[in-house]
Amino acid sequence: MDERNTIDDATRRRFLAGAGAVAAGSVLAPLVCVRAARATPASMAAAIRDVIGEARVQEGRVKLDLPPIVENGNTVSVTVSVESPMTATDHVKSIFLFNEKNPQPNIANFHLTPRAGKARVATRIRLADSQQVVAIAQLSDGSFWSASVDVIVTIAACVENL
Amino acid sequence: MARALVNVPRNARRGEVIEIKALISHPMETGYRHDENGQAIPREIINRFVCTYNGAEIFRADLFPAIAANPFLSFFTVATESGVIALQWTGDDGQTQVEMANITVE
Repeated sequence: MDERNTIDDATRRRFLAGAGAVAAGSVLAPLVCVRAARATPASMAAAIRDVIGEARVQEGRVKLDLPPIVENGNTVSVTVSVESPMTATDHVKSIFLFNEKNPQPNIANFHLTPRAGKARVATRIRLADSQQVVAIAQLSDGSFWSASVDVIVTIAACVENL
Repeated sequence: MARALVNVPRNARRGEVIEIKALISHPMETGYRHDENGQAIPREIINRFVCTYNGAEIFRADLFPAIAANPFLSFFTVATESGVIALQWTGDDGQTQVEMANITVE
């Protein structure tokens, strides 16, 4: 009887431990959608190379506004602004947005002209996980400037599952 | 194609920097999701947006699946002359939608 109880206790303990893990899993499941393929910091670096080639990217001049903590990764407001007089000789030609951990490293490319008057673009993006978002601006003199923000995402964009 | 909301000021002073806001209803299907039977849902996004001011391009965007559903864009331009500001969205299927807004510049 005693011995049997001990065995039962052990089994029960194992069962409870397993149940606990399953419960924890089901709590986490909506937060962490299982994904097969996703971008990595390396693929983001490759995507950035595709855009800038061998040019040097300097930090500064770009302001990337993103909430530091995002409740819903399905729609995240992003604003990028670049310090620039936006004249014919000195303006922002393009702004590129990248991410580290969505299935693809690219988010959007924006192409501006001196007629913009102000180098500021806003949109809404998806974030599949907590990660770094990078904005790179290409100026008319050919130089590249960047800003990056680390974002914590509590409910990820379920880009791969319904 | 879809319902679009465009926000362009009706009147502006010459030289004023105005904001243009564009929103279009679209699922922006990423191509990375599966339905309940495990079948991949094909990608169908708006991949290109162009804004012209009296025919001249003032803003262009290449969009990727990381853009949220119902893509929203906001950008600026200098009000140079009265005329038409046209916004055009292009989907993966090649379909386009154009919305026009009139602006009076004094």
